[in-house]
Amino acid sequence: MQKIIKITILFIFLFVIGIFYISLSRDTNYNTSSLINKETPEFKIISFDESDTYTRDDIKKNNYTLINFWASWCAPCKIEHPILMKLSQKKNLMILGINFKDKDPQARTFLNELGNPYDLLAKDKNGKQSVKFGIYGIPESILINKELIIIQKFIGPLSVDDYDNIIKIIEKS
Amino acid sequence: MKLNLILLLFIFFSKFSFAAEKTVDPNLIHKNLRCLVCQGQSISDSNSDFAQTIKLVVKDLIDEGKTEDEIYEFMSDKYGDWIVFKPQFNTQNSLLWILPYIALIFGGFFIFTFLKKRQ
Repeated sequence: MQKIIKITILFIFLFVIGIFYISLSRDTNYNTSSLINKETPEFKIISFDESDTYTRDDIKKNNYTLINFWASWCAPCKIEHPILMKLSQKKNLMILGINFKDKDPQARTFLNELGNPYDLLAKDKNGKQSVKFGIYGIPESILINKELIIIQKFIGPLSVDDYDNIIKIIEKS
Repeated sequence: MKLNLILLLFIFFSKFSFAAEKTVDPNLIHKNLRCLVCQGQSISDSNSDFAQTIKLVVKDLIDEGKTEDEIYEFMSDKYGDWIVFKPQFNTQNSLLWILPYIALIFGGFFIFTFLKKRQ
């Protein structure tokens, strides 16, 4: 009996240590792993000039699409803008810009000053459409292929490494 | 007369509970969703931009007729299981849900044999 008690206590002790170890070594920050390789959600988003709406059908036409969530009030969006301008020169890639919770005049000024890298420009006034893409802050970008599968999601401003990564993917095909 | 009264009460309470089952409480959902941009706050506690947007989406989903579980599923699908305070029962979380029952059964068995031996 004594032996069973000792083994049980040891087992409980090791179990608790194991749980602590797993919990503490686990990354609690939000990551994008749950979205990768999933199909792009159904969406219907209004164009920036409110003359049209964009859906998944508009993405299907291109080999690759980069959906970029941005706003004029977002400082890191200014940092990534030159990279978006460079990406806009690539023929294999379409960029859909979604202006997130922004005011139209400010957004227009932002693009006039820094350039417009977007093939399609839409707006999400209240952020509800962005939730469908798992957006929780901007800038965020999502790379999608022709089959509407999410290949990669970039949280925060696009870096030079991200640029190289995107180029590698789109030039592979 | 007594039987009629009991029947009436039964119908009233069953209708009441039916109505309660159908209503989805947005506040309860907000409390069970984690604000991803805050430090340990729920959507209900937070006034952040993210929380405001999630509240709008939850309202829309309720209006669409989605149940509480469907709303959690939608959010987990978009942001991962981390957004839900109460984890869902799936293969990844199964141990978390089953383990307390296993511990209870083993603990009960252990106490039972221990007491029996002492007697």
